[in-house]
Amino acid sequence: MEQEVPVAPEAGRVLVVIPAYREEKTIGAVVSAARAQYPYDVLVVNDGSPDGTSGAARTAGAIVLDLPFNLGIGGAVQSAFLYARDRGYDAVVRIDGDGQHEVEDIGKVLEPVIDGRADACIGSRFLGYTGYRGSIPRIFGIHHFRWLVNLFTGYHVTDPTSGFFAINRRLVEFYSANYPSDYPEVDAYILMHRLNARAVEVPVRMYARAEGKSSITTFKAVYYMVKVTLSFLINCIRSLG
Amino acid sequence: MSRVALISIGASVALFLYILEMVRRRKLREEYSILWLSGSLVILVLSVKQEWLGRISQAIGIAYPPSFLFLVGILFILLILIHFSIAISKLHNMNKKMAQEMALMENAVRKIEEKPGGFTGT
Repeated sequence: MEQEVPVAPEAGRVLVVIPAYREEKTIGAVVSAARAQYPYDVLVVNDGSPDGTSGAARTAGAIVLDLPFNLGIGGAVQSAFLYARDRGYDAVVRIDGDGQHEVEDIGKVLEPVIDGRADACIGSRFLGYTGYRGSIPRIFGIHHFRWLVNLFTGYHVTDPTSGFFAINRRLVEFYSANYPSDYPEVDAYILMHRLNARAVEVPVRMYARAEGKSSITTFKAVYYMVKVTLSFLINCIRSLG
Repeated sequence: MSRVALISIGASVALFLYILEMVRRRKLREEYSILWLSGSLVILVLSVKQEWLGRISQAIGIAYPPSFLFLVGILFILLILIHFSIAISKLHNMNKKMAQEMALMENAVRKIEEKPGGFTGT
């Protein structure tokens, strides 16, 4: 399969990954913006959406992976890592397809990874001026996870649940085999810590969701906190295959 | 022989035979039958050999021996449920891998089909 798809030496080195579920109204604009501003391939992972997400992404010029049913964000993003691994990409940058993340910031998030200064670079909405406002449970959760990540890994993170990040080939290969399925961002810090990966944060802009409402309700927020804390702690003692 | 003993002998024999029959007809995989078979055997043995049941109950401080039978039954059910949770988690992972593989393959096939002179599916 690999010789079928030669990787262009320059433009093909970075893969922009956009996991999408029911985002037909926004995905096209995000894909077009990314393709207009960067020479990178754009991969949309359609996580079993019943709507026109897949078609909209394809029309806008993205490579599309169609999952046969909904795997959840971790499983969807992991499919993209598998793709990047198999096709020889050197770095992956992941952004949301609902307009929450600023496409213009992709370059900023990628820079430390491309320069080789970091294995992972995470876009933070709390560094510098960003003007982000969240609900109280969300802010509480963010503080809890900051504390947890710092205590167990020593990474000084400001935005532990950010889904806007770039990783290099080494982490792509590792995550292809080990990636949490539900809420992967916080868990990823433990994995990175255990690999001695260098992680840095850069300030990015994040917006309120352009379309649809946040998936976090109060009950889900509590479940999220418990589940992520548990899997975080278990990842500290798990054997990594 | 007490009525409780007769009922538990009857029930465990019936369970044992039922599980065997399901395995024979390939409706139940062997790996899942082992816990069921051994559970029903243990209960059967303790129901027949009531003096063993009495002695064990006395040793661990259970006044009414048949309630030790219930305890054994409940423990087996617990074990079987844990076994199921593990089996489901394994299936879940396999399912996820298969979905990811499918998406990657579908993407590769599409790429080949779109190529001029590529496979057209006819």
